[in-house]
Amino acid sequence: MIFLTVGTQLGFPRLVEAMDAWAATTSEEVIAQVGSGRVNCANLAPRGMLPPAEFADIFRRARVVVAHAGIGTILAAKRFRRPLIIVPRMAGLGEHRNDHQAATARALEKGTAVRVCWEVAELPALLAETAPEALPEGPGASHAALIEGLKGFIAAAPLRR
Amino acid sequence: MTAVEAPRRTRILALASGGGHWQQLMEMRPAFEGCEVTYATTLAGLPEEFGASPAVIVPDFSRSDLWRLPLVGWRIGGALRRCRPDIVISTGALPGVTALALGKLFGARTIWVDSVANAEEMSLSGKMARRVADLWLSQWPHVAEESGAGYFGAVL
Repeated sequence: MIFLTVGTQLGFPRLVEAMDAWAATTSEEVIAQVGSGRVNCANLAPRGMLPPAEFADIFRRARVVVAHAGIGTILAAKRFRRPLIIVPRMAGLGEHRNDHQAATARALEKGTAVRVCWEVAELPALLAETAPEALPEGPGASHAALIEGLKGFIAAAPLRR
Repeated sequence: MTAVEAPRRTRILALASGGGHWQQLMEMRPAFEGCEVTYATTLAGLPEEFGASPAVIVPDFSRSDLWRLPLVGWRIGGALRRCRPDIVISTGALPGVTALALGKLFGARTIWVDSVANAEEMSLSGKMARRVADLWLSQWPHVAEESGAGYFGAVL
């Protein structure tokens, strides 16, 4: 099963339609959280706002998760150790207010297991990978440094009377 | 001889709106080790999913519904009165700025960790938080350098 999620706020027709077209060519189920707005997705199993427990359950069961480059989704892929393909939203296509998702994707492209899909035409090839790499759990060096820095500040803060 | 009282544990109010902000805050929990933490977010059910307790739910608001500020402020004020935190920490967004501002009035030290989603510049709420944050961080070194924020690392 493939889990497609574009977050709960904005629609993302470019990605949803590409996944719908791909789903028509395969027997693999695609569960989709397609955000707001109308979009063609006859070949997908669309869901509305998923309660956290159900979101977690679908995420855990997915062979691969396909998503916008939202931080919540990226951290979920780490937490549930699933392979992740991200398609950044582009401001120029009216998909977001700015290009912060592209910046996130560029940063993740180097040095992590996240697969970045810049053109939806590349999706079928990425989905055909037989053994996609899952995101590792646990903090990397940068995460550990953030924790240490915060700990230091918290330890130095005076206690109120 | 008088008994020496053991120093109490540091109290923390950790608040973030639901979604990516909350998940990033959850990734920072190891930094709260040994502290008494009260969590707050905007989406019912989230704290339970992450085993974050005690937790309070506060209403969400954004620039498009600023009229909700008094209600959000009242609820965050309630959480502050109950928790009496030494530290208030948030990753965003506007309810987080509100929590830092009120927390500072209450005499707490305040921490803003801007969302890692802001890879090109500080978020708008992050810019607002600057005035009320004792520790003002970006999760990107180049954003930190340009904005004058601090940088330790990132949750990714």
